Amino acid sequence: MTRNRTLFAAAALGLSATLVAACGGDDATTAGGGASEAAGGSSGEDVTLTWWHNGNNDPALGYWQGIADEYEAQNPNVSIEISALQNEDLRTRLTAALQSNDPPDLFQQWGGGEMQQQVESGLLMDLTDEIPDAIEPVGGSAAGWTVDDRVYGLPFSLGVVGVWYNQALFEEAGISETPETLEEFLSVTAQLKDAGITPVAVGAADKWPAAHWWYYAAVRECDQDTLEEAGQTFDFSDPCFVRAGEVVQEIVEAEPFNEGYLGTSAQQGATSSAGLLATGEVAMELMGHWNPSVMEGLTEDGTGLGEDLGWFPFPTTDGEGDPTAALGGGDGFSCSAQAPPECADFLAFVMSPENQEGFGGTGIGIPTVAGTQEAVADENLAVLADYRDEAPYVQLYLDTAYGPNVGGALNDAVALLFAGEATPEDVVEAVEAAAATQ
Amino acid sequence: MPTHTPVTPGRATARPGGPARARRGSTGNDWRRRAEVALLVLPALALFLTFVLVPMVQAAYYSLFNWNGLEALDDFIGFGNYSLALGDPVFRDAIGHNLLIVVLSILIQLPLGLGIALLLNRDIRGRGVLRTLIFVPYVLAEVVAGVIWLLMLQPNGVVDEAMASVGLGGLRQLWLGDPDVVLFTLMVVLTWKYVGFAIILFLAGLQGVPQELHEAAALDGASWWQTQWNITIPLLGPTIRIWVFLSMIGSLQLFDMVWIMTGGGPANASSTMVTYLISQGFERFRFGYGSAVAVILFAVSFLLAITYQQLVMRRDTAPTSGRVR
Repeated sequence: MTRNRTLFAAAALGLSATLVAACGGDDATTAGGGASEAAGGSSGEDVTLTWWHNGNNDPALGYWQGIADEYEAQNPNVSIEISALQNEDLRTRLTAALQSNDPPDLFQQWGGGEMQQQVESGLLMDLTDEIPDAIEPVGGSAAGWTVDDRVYGLPFSLGVVGVWYNQALFEEAGISETPETLEEFLSVTAQLKDAGITPVAVGAADKWPAAHWWYYAAVRECDQDTLEEAGQTFDFSDPCFVRAGEVVQEIVEAEPFNEGYLGTSAQQGATSSAGLLATGEVAMELMGHWNPSVMEGLTEDGTGLGEDLGWFPFPTTDGEGDPTAALGGGDGFSCSAQAPPECADFLAFVMSPENQEGFGGTGIGIPTVAGTQEAVADENLAVLADYRDEAPYVQLYLDTAYGPNVGGALNDAVALLFAGEATPEDVVEAVEAAAATQ
Repeated sequence: MPTHTPVTPGRATARPGGPARARRGSTGNDWRRRAEVALLVLPALALFLTFVLVPMVQAAYYSLFNWNGLEALDDFIGFGNYSLALGDPVFRDAIGHNLLIVVLSILIQLPLGLGIALLLNRDIRGRGVLRTLIFVPYVLAEVVAGVIWLLMLQPNGVVDEAMASVGLGGLRQLWLGDPDVVLFTLMVVLTWKYVGFAIILFLAGLQGVPQELHEAAALDGASWWQTQWNITIPLLGPTIRIWVFLSMIGSLQLFDMVWIMTGGGPANASSTMVTYLISQGFERFRFGYGSAVAVILFAVSFLLAITYQQLVMRRDTAPTSGRVR
C-alpha cells in the first residue's frame, strides 16, 4: 500500500472505466439515506459485508484481517468477507463491479475526480450523517473525499510529496542546510553540480513524476480557492497557472536532472529515478511518502539509502499560494450506496483512534485521525507527517483531482515542458482543451 | 546482361479442378457439399461476427459520441471526434511515424532478409543452427524483447558499455531519451525482431525454386550472382510481395514494443497510432474519441491493403483458373 503512487499512476492510466451508466443509481441513493440510524447502529440481523482492499501483502494483509476479526468478535451478527487484490486487479474488478451495479460494500477509494464521477452516478453512500464522529477527527484530510460538503469516503492514510535527498552527498558538496526557497534550491543544485554530483532525478518517461513539479509549483503560485475552483469549473485563466509553468521552466533550464531523464522511468530498476537516488547516483528526488519503501526494493541489501536518507518540503516561491501548503494524496475507503448501515459502522471502527495508531505502527502509511501520528515509527515519515499536519491544507495530486481526462492532458503537457517542447502557456492551453471535451 | 525467358511460377503444378471434378457434377451431391461447407464454416463465422464484425460496428457507432465509457451514450457529436483527431498534431505525428516505419521496414528488412536467406539457402556448415538463431527474436514474446532492450539501452547500459569497449564511445546516445534518436533506435530493435520472419518466409519460398533452373543457368555459364538476380529473385516474387504486405500491416498496427520501451515518448517522438489510441481512449477514458482513432486506423490499413492488393498482388492471385483450361 505504501507504493500506491506507482500503481496509482498506472491505474489512473488504467484500463478501468469508472462509472456506471446511471441506471439504478436513484434507488440506490435513497436506500443509503433511508437506512441511516444512530451512529454505530447495527440492525441486529445477520449481515455479511464484502470488503475489497489492495493490501494483498503483509503487513497490510494481516493488519486488515486483524481489524475484521476484532469487529466480528464485537458484532456477532456481522461477518466480513475480504478480497485482498493487487492494485490493478482491484481497479479492474471494481470498475466491472460498479458497472454491473454489483459493487462490494466497502472498497478502496482514492478520491478526486474519479470519485466525483461515482458520486454523480449515485454509487456511493453519503457518510456525512452516518458517522460524524469518525469524520470529525480526520478534519481537512478528508477534503479529497468530499463533494459539495458531503463526505463519500474516508482516508486512512494520507501522505505528502516532498524532496527526498541523500544527506551524505549534500555533505560532500558542502551543503549544510536544506533549501527553503526556490533560489536556495537552485543554488544547492548548482553547488552539487560543481561537486560533480547529479542534483535531481526525475522519471519523466512516466510523466506523473515530472508533473508533480508543476502541481507543487501551482500549489505555491495559486491560492487555495483558485485551485479548488479550477478543479470544479476547469477555468485555468488565472495567471498563476502560467506562473507555475514558469517556475518549472526555470528549474528545467538550470539542468539539474539526470542524463536522459525524458526516457527515465520512476520506479523500475536501478536506472529509474528512485533507483538512482537509492544507489547514490543522484542527490534528490521529488516524490511521495512511499519512496523509502520503493527504494528499499531497488537496492540489493534491501535498505535503500538507510541512514543517509532525508526529507524536506518543496521550496517556496513568492506566489499567492500558502508557502506551507502541501501536495499529497492517500488511500481511503467508500461504502457503496446499496451497502447495509453496518458498512459505515465498520468504517468508523477502522478509523477509530486505536486502530489508526495500530496502522501507524505498521509503517505502511501515515494515519489521518488527529492525535494518532505519534504512532508513526519511521523517522522520515514522522517528519513528513508533521509537515502534513501543520499544512493549512493538503492539495490532492492534481491529476487525481481533475480526473483522468484533464489530469492526463496535464501530465502529457508538463512532460513536453520538461522536453523543452512546450511553453508554460501551452500547458494551460492543453488542459483547457481537454476540459472542453469533458 | 543476357535476356532471360520469363518463368512461370512453381505454383502452376498445383492445379485445382481437372478431369476428376467434371465427373462429380450431379446436383444432389452439390447440395450436400454446400450444406457440409456451411456447417463447417458456421463456428468460425459465429466467432468472426461476435469478435470482429460486431465490435467494429460498435466502435464506428461509439466514435460519433462524446463518451467516457460510463455515462449514458447520449452526447452525439457526429464527426466531431474525427475532426478533433485529425486536427491534433500529436495524432498526425503518430500517423507520420507509422508511415515512416512502414517505409523503413521494407527498405531495411527486404534487402537484409533476402541477402541472408540466399546465403542460408546454400550448403554451408551450421546452417540449421544459424536459421534457428535468426528466428529466435521473432519467436520471443514482444513484451519480453521490449523489456530486455529497454534495459540494454539505458544510459550507461550494456549497449553504451559495448560501444565504449570497442572505441565507439563517442557515438553514445540517449537511445530512448532523445526525441531525435528514439525512432531510429526503435527501427534497429524492430529490424532485429522481425527480420527473422522475412528470412524464414523467403527460405520457404526458395524451396519452390526448381533446382534444374539453377543447373541450366550454370551450364550457360551464369555466375552465382547472375543466377540469383535473374532466376531466384524473380521466382521469389510472390513470397516477397506477401511479406511486404504483412510487414506493412504490422507496421501500421505497431504497439507492444513501443509501449514497453518508450510509451510513445519522449515528447511523443515515438508515438504510433495505437499508442495514441490507448493513451487517449483507455488512460483518459475518452472512449468515443478512442473509437474514432480506431476507425481511422482501420481505414488507413484497409485502404493500403486494398490498394496494394489491386496494384501489386493481383498477378499472384488472379490468373490460376484461366491457365487451367
